[in-house]
Amino acid sequence: MVSSILHSLPQVLVDGLTLGAVYAVVALGYTMVYGILELINFAHGEIFMTGAYVGTAVLFGFHALGWFEGAGWIAYMLILAAAMLFTGLLGVGIERVAYRPLRKAPKLISLISAIGVSFLLQDFVRFIAELRTGNYIVTGITLYNDNHKIATSSVSGVFGDAFLKTNTIIVFIVAVLMMVGLDMFSKRSKWGVAMRAVAQDRETASLMSINVNKVIALTFFIGSALGGATGVLFAQQYATIDPFIGYILGLKAFTAAVLGGIGNIRGAMFGGLLIGLLEMFAAANLGLITHGNFGAEYKDVFTFLILILVLIFKPQGLLGKAVKEKV
Amino acid sequence: MSMKKSFVALLIFVLAGSLLAACGKKSNSEASSGGGGSNKTVIKIATQSPLSGGSAVQGEAIKLGAQLSLDDHKDEFAKLGFDIQLAPYDDQADPKKGVANAELVAADKQILAVVGHMNSGVAIPSSVVYEKYNIPMVSPSNTATQVTDRKLKVVNRIVARDDFQGPAAAQYAVQTAGAKNIFVIQDKTAYGQGLAEAFKTEAEKQGAKIAGYESITIGEKDFNGILNQALTKKPDFIFFGGLYAEAGLLVKQAKEKGLDVPFMGADGIDTQGIVDVAGDKVTGVLYTSISTDITKTADGKAWADKYKQKFGKNVDGYSAYAYDCMSVILEALKKAINDNGGKLPSREQVRDAVRATKDFQGVATKVTFDDKGDNDYAKVFIYKFEKAAYPGSMISDISK
Repeated sequence: MVSSILHSLPQVLVDGLTLGAVYAVVALGYTMVYGILELINFAHGEIFMTGAYVGTAVLFGFHALGWFEGAGWIAYMLILAAAMLFTGLLGVGIERVAYRPLRKAPKLISLISAIGVSFLLQDFVRFIAELRTGNYIVTGITLYNDNHKIATSSVSGVFGDAFLKTNTIIVFIVAVLMMVGLDMFSKRSKWGVAMRAVAQDRETASLMSINVNKVIALTFFIGSALGGATGVLFAQQYATIDPFIGYILGLKAFTAAVLGGIGNIRGAMFGGLLIGLLEMFAAANLGLITHGNFGAEYKDVFTFLILILVLIFKPQGLLGKAVKEKV
Repeated sequence: MSMKKSFVALLIFVLAGSLLAACGKKSNSEASSGGGGSNKTVIKIATQSPLSGGSAVQGEAIKLGAQLSLDDHKDEFAKLGFDIQLAPYDDQADPKKGVANAELVAADKQILAVVGHMNSGVAIPSSVVYEKYNIPMVSPSNTATQVTDRKLKVVNRIVARDDFQGPAAAQYAVQTAGAKNIFVIQDKTAYGQGLAEAFKTEAEKQGAKIAGYESITIGEKDFNGILNQALTKKPDFIFFGGLYAEAGLLVKQAKEKGLDVPFMGADGIDTQGIVDVAGDKVTGVLYTSISTDITKTADGKAWADKYKQKFGKNVDGYSAYAYDCMSVILEALKKAINDNGGKLPSREQVRDAVRATKDFQGVATKVTFDDKGDNDYAKVFIYKFEKAAYPGSMISDISK
């Protein structure tokens, strides 16, 4: 049993880290908005999904026009930029229309508004995607599809070889760049400081000549743009997307944010990677460990079990600080 | 403020008024068309298949196949003094929606029979409603054993059962492809699980070892976890009980991992969809199908051309079977009308006439229903994707 687990371990790590990186960046969007508004933005998963569709659509457009045939990386950067811009503005728009008028209302009302927006986006995208073919499952063009073999078996005989796609590396690099970028932005830049100030105490921040509305809009822009970019990465990695990918993925990313300590940016990154790894490990090995009594379909149960255990002993999440209720 | 409110009230009033007017108009026009149409009695045959969502391509093919048969028989019925019409319903591949539609079908007294459903999971609960109202249903694609094993009087199907499709696949896998160590994956639906279990039982009986039996969740896109597990078991054959969206991703992700063994599915992946999802990695994928390659025979080819000409679409796997379902129903309906002295038969009479179908030759299959509503002539066909284009080529067929 141990030897089988070790044998598949390199591949499990590769797949788990990739999925984890996707979870982590999406989790950032949840955690940033929660940090600043104490609102769980349930529409964030759908923003991720919209990003995937926008990226795929723009790429289809390039393909039809015959642009960037030889230079895949330019097309890749452009579709990332297009999706980020679109979803960023979408996020700001959602905040303006669905959350800002409710900012003084009880938290539960905004939450329901968020769920409403999420349904609206799902069906809107489904409608658009269905127009042409009558089928909303879209299979896009993959730019980097070659496979690499990592000869982990040469390190030690107990390991098997791992395979990874070029796109896996891109997913990982872009995700890390975005996470590092965001971390630097929030720690070093003036706007980042303003964001943290608003998160800490909105009223006092506004007394310090910080334009609270602008800061909140910026937070939504950045969070949503990150989500949209991840959508593009996801579409490139798995090639097939449907309007409901945001639901399960958003749920898991939210879990990652809670696991890491909601409101904490580094916590969200850590939580995302951890959830991705746990899920992949469980899917590959649960059957082995339990002698086939619990198969791969229990992977999510396993993941959420870990979440519950963590929350019992550390309710503020792994990296979260216990904060006193704001007065 | 009060201006605004009264304006809103006015808007609502206008809206409601126009809605009412629209309804009124509709019923008027219906009445006039019924009256003006030379006093023919309208008989409607419903189709129930997913016209939106992930299986819309196949569901649409069922509707169009039925439509074609209905149009072919329209004149024949006009002579008898009946106007036959199609009433397409969208069950969205959702059991709840299917049952809700079934209630609507039951409420429409002009509907005497149903072609459908596409999904066994939808047909099973919906057929309970049909049974209550005696509406015969003939399915072009339901394979789950439970569909007919409940011995409902209304349920019929013209295709093979899972407990035959699964074993036929296993026979092919073990005897022809020489598989010894098989990894089985299913998608936890009534269809996928029934198929996978039937496959597993027969494969074991034939002497192959089942390396693993695992399930996935529909709608997910990352199946690397389960495939990593398969990698460690080193199977020489993978069988998947499920639909094309998941199958395509499994095939693709398996090949990206270097898990390059024959991959077999069943009729759920018998669609253009899997080629779209898996791309050129679909090459070599095997599938059993309850539907034959209609273009292999001359008659079938002519039929497919007619279909293409009429709808501007190529035939899908279920098109011809839906055509045959409708033909079986209309044949039975004709008999029921004759037995009833040329008058409109009751639903019960149509139901019994459908079940009594014997040696009916359709375009895709011959039909004789046994006492459960299964077709005695149902066959299972084995296909292989030789290149990344649908359909694959038929390489074998296995009869009961």
